[in-house]
Amino acid sequence: MDFDMSSEQDALRDSVRRFIDREYDWEKRFAVIRSHEGVDPAHWATFAELGWLGAGLSEEAGGFGGGAIENALIAQELGRGLVTEPFVAHVLATQTLAAIGGETAGPLIGAMVTGETRVVPAFQEEAGRGDWRVVGASSTGEGKGATVSGTKTLVEGASSAERLIVSARSAEGVGLYLVDAKGAGVVQSLYRTVDNRRVADIALTDAPAITLASGPAAQAAIEQGIDHALVTLCGEALGLMDAALWATRDYLKVRKQFGTAIGTFQALQHRMADMLIETEMARSILYHALGAMAGDDRAAQSTAASAAKQVFSTAGLFVGGQAIQLHGGIGVTEELDISHYYRRLFVIARQFGDADLHGDRFAHGVDHGALAA
Amino acid sequence: MQPAYSEQDRAFRQEIKDFVAKMLPADLARRGRYDYHPRRDDQARWARILADKGWSVPHWPQAYGGPGWTGVQRFIFEEEMRLAYAPTMDRIGPELVAPVLYTYGSEEQRQLYLPAIRTGETFWAQGFSEPGAGSDLSSLRTRADRDGDHYIVNGQKTWTTEGQHADLMFILVRTDAAVKPQAGISALIVDLQSPGITRRPIWTIDEGLSVNEFFFDDVRVPVGNLVGEEGAGWTYAKFLLANERTTSAEVPHTKRDIAQLREIARVETKNGRPLIEDARFRSSLARIEIDTLALETAVLRALTAGGHGGGAVASLVKVRGSELRQRIADLAVDALGDHGVAVRLDPEGEHRMFADGLTPPVPDHGVGLSAKALFRRATTIYGGANEIQRTLIAKTVLEL
Repeated sequence: MDFDMSSEQDALRDSVRRFIDREYDWEKRFAVIRSHEGVDPAHWATFAELGWLGAGLSEEAGGFGGGAIENALIAQELGRGLVTEPFVAHVLATQTLAAIGGETAGPLIGAMVTGETRVVPAFQEEAGRGDWRVVGASSTGEGKGATVSGTKTLVEGASSAERLIVSARSAEGVGLYLVDAKGAGVVQSLYRTVDNRRVADIALTDAPAITLASGPAAQAAIEQGIDHALVTLCGEALGLMDAALWATRDYLKVRKQFGTAIGTFQALQHRMADMLIETEMARSILYHALGAMAGDDRAAQSTAASAAKQVFSTAGLFVGGQAIQLHGGIGVTEELDISHYYRRLFVIARQFGDADLHGDRFAHGVDHGALAA
Repeated sequence: MQPAYSEQDRAFRQEIKDFVAKMLPADLARRGRYDYHPRRDDQARWARILADKGWSVPHWPQAYGGPGWTGVQRFIFEEEMRLAYAPTMDRIGPELVAPVLYTYGSEEQRQLYLPAIRTGETFWAQGFSEPGAGSDLSSLRTRADRDGDHYIVNGQKTWTTEGQHADLMFILVRTDAAVKPQAGISALIVDLQSPGITRRPIWTIDEGLSVNEFFFDDVRVPVGNLVGEEGAGWTYAKFLLANERTTSAEVPHTKRDIAQLREIARVETKNGRPLIEDARFRSSLARIEIDTLALETAVLRALTAGGHGGGAVASLVKVRGSELRQRIADLAVDALGDHGVAVRLDPEGEHRMFADGLTPPVPDHGVGLSAKALFRRATTIYGGANEIQRTLIAKTVLEL
């Protein structure tokens, strides 16, 4: 058992940090989030160039030999830097494709890793309330002659993607389909989430599609992709919580009221201690999940990923919320990073299922003996 | 980064499992399941069996009889002990006093005391808290005045855990009233059979007996029983308490409580269905289980970081660990429905504050649960109250 990062992992983290220091200061970030698309294509090209888009993918799948740990590390730094590029959506898409494998998925991953093409997952629907397993969209036909119809929601990165991976139901159950993001029968409605990310609701009407997987294989691929997305998202949340925690600590040392630094007040010290405990417990459950992801027990991976998401969904809001509280009025303003950490944590808490959903998914796993040891 | 158990770890776990399955006497396991305060006899019997195998003092250096295990192996060992319902072992002698003795004690003291701790022949108490010195330990007032080859001890100690079983006490006394409070404290070893010592049992909220008060009235202690240097007692106490906080996360015990509650919830019913299928119960149990998993990994992080992980990490896991011990015990009582409010005395006859023969209709799997939940109100107090821990975390880790 070893919780230390390798020198390669250290180097990967440093490369993300350098990018944020150089390319993502407060002014530059504001320019990006106020643009129509809310992302900068040049940044995605940099991600590809620096190898981040394949860092968390096995070599067999077309990546550089890493796994969930690498994705979580990258996401942690992106979280700390409040970067809006849809990295988690990329992880979900590539890991789902990697689980499918084969002639269509393989080359697609290759082109996604180099940044040549962008493919995003469209799994969520309004009725699912964050549960990707609720699929009302339908498909007809098979192979290259398939079509899909239905409405997908909160699709991140859709406006800059060439293709979508859509989950839809056929007679055989839920299948996965590749659809042209701007093709016939596809209407995107772009909007913002509170963290300044761009998402789209996508109405599909007999949209031409290619079958990627169907039946149990499709379901297994979705679950595997989701587990990777969950731990990556938790990694991002950890970066945000660390940033919010230490920024608050620093503020408590300089902000003076009643003639003294407010960090000398015991009520605030104890609140900060609780924030640290929540953050360290969250870091720990993420490590637990990353340990499971490095193994090969799929059921244990899902149980552990849901355990992590359950913790981050609640701990993230606590730490982010208390960071605001301890800053006082300035904490709720647009101009301070503190409110932006909270807004991102606010979204993450609900994305891909809230604490209740993941508590249930965890309990289901434990019932079936799927606990990583 | 390999945050998972290795093949060697798994093999080690199996070895422990096999040994315990073969060697743990059935009556010990039965009482372990009830989980009342353990009996000295049970602890001594099990210590003897473990000592013969070389496993009775997992964290001691090999030179004194430790098995040379890693922190992770010690954790696995403890987990298997709890899962098998082996007696919870005496902590005071092996885990608190012994490390002070082999780190700071004289060679003579090591040879005199350590072997009997290892084999479970002698039991120790720690004499730290006083009526006026709880969280503010350095204000303690029990005095030891030098008189030739002896110290004369006068004063009062309280909250002395398992003092009713103990042969010896590791006691903090004031040997110099002129210097600042911390600098005037020394550590002595006191034979509890010495004249002038009176013990008063303190019955606790669970109708159990595990803590005591001791009164010292001109008790003569040979100067050879001074541990380390005079005036350095505060250093030893801090060293000892840091060890206490690391183990007080009690993850293996909480994990076992979770497993035990899962069994209970399959037997208990609600609306004609097993309780384990009830959505609200499932959700409460899942949250405790997930928080325990997080804590477990935090402890493993501390154990693999070398040494005892430092006071700061120890404080973090102590706070969360003690809260979880309360949460799981409370949920176990909830699982019994309103039967959980009945006083169900230890069927083995220990801990009888009242001499009545009343036995309420609580099923066997419910024995001990409410007593446990009540006593666990103490977990967030002992070993340094959680409020003290939070202040410590703010000062040492957050540097506020």
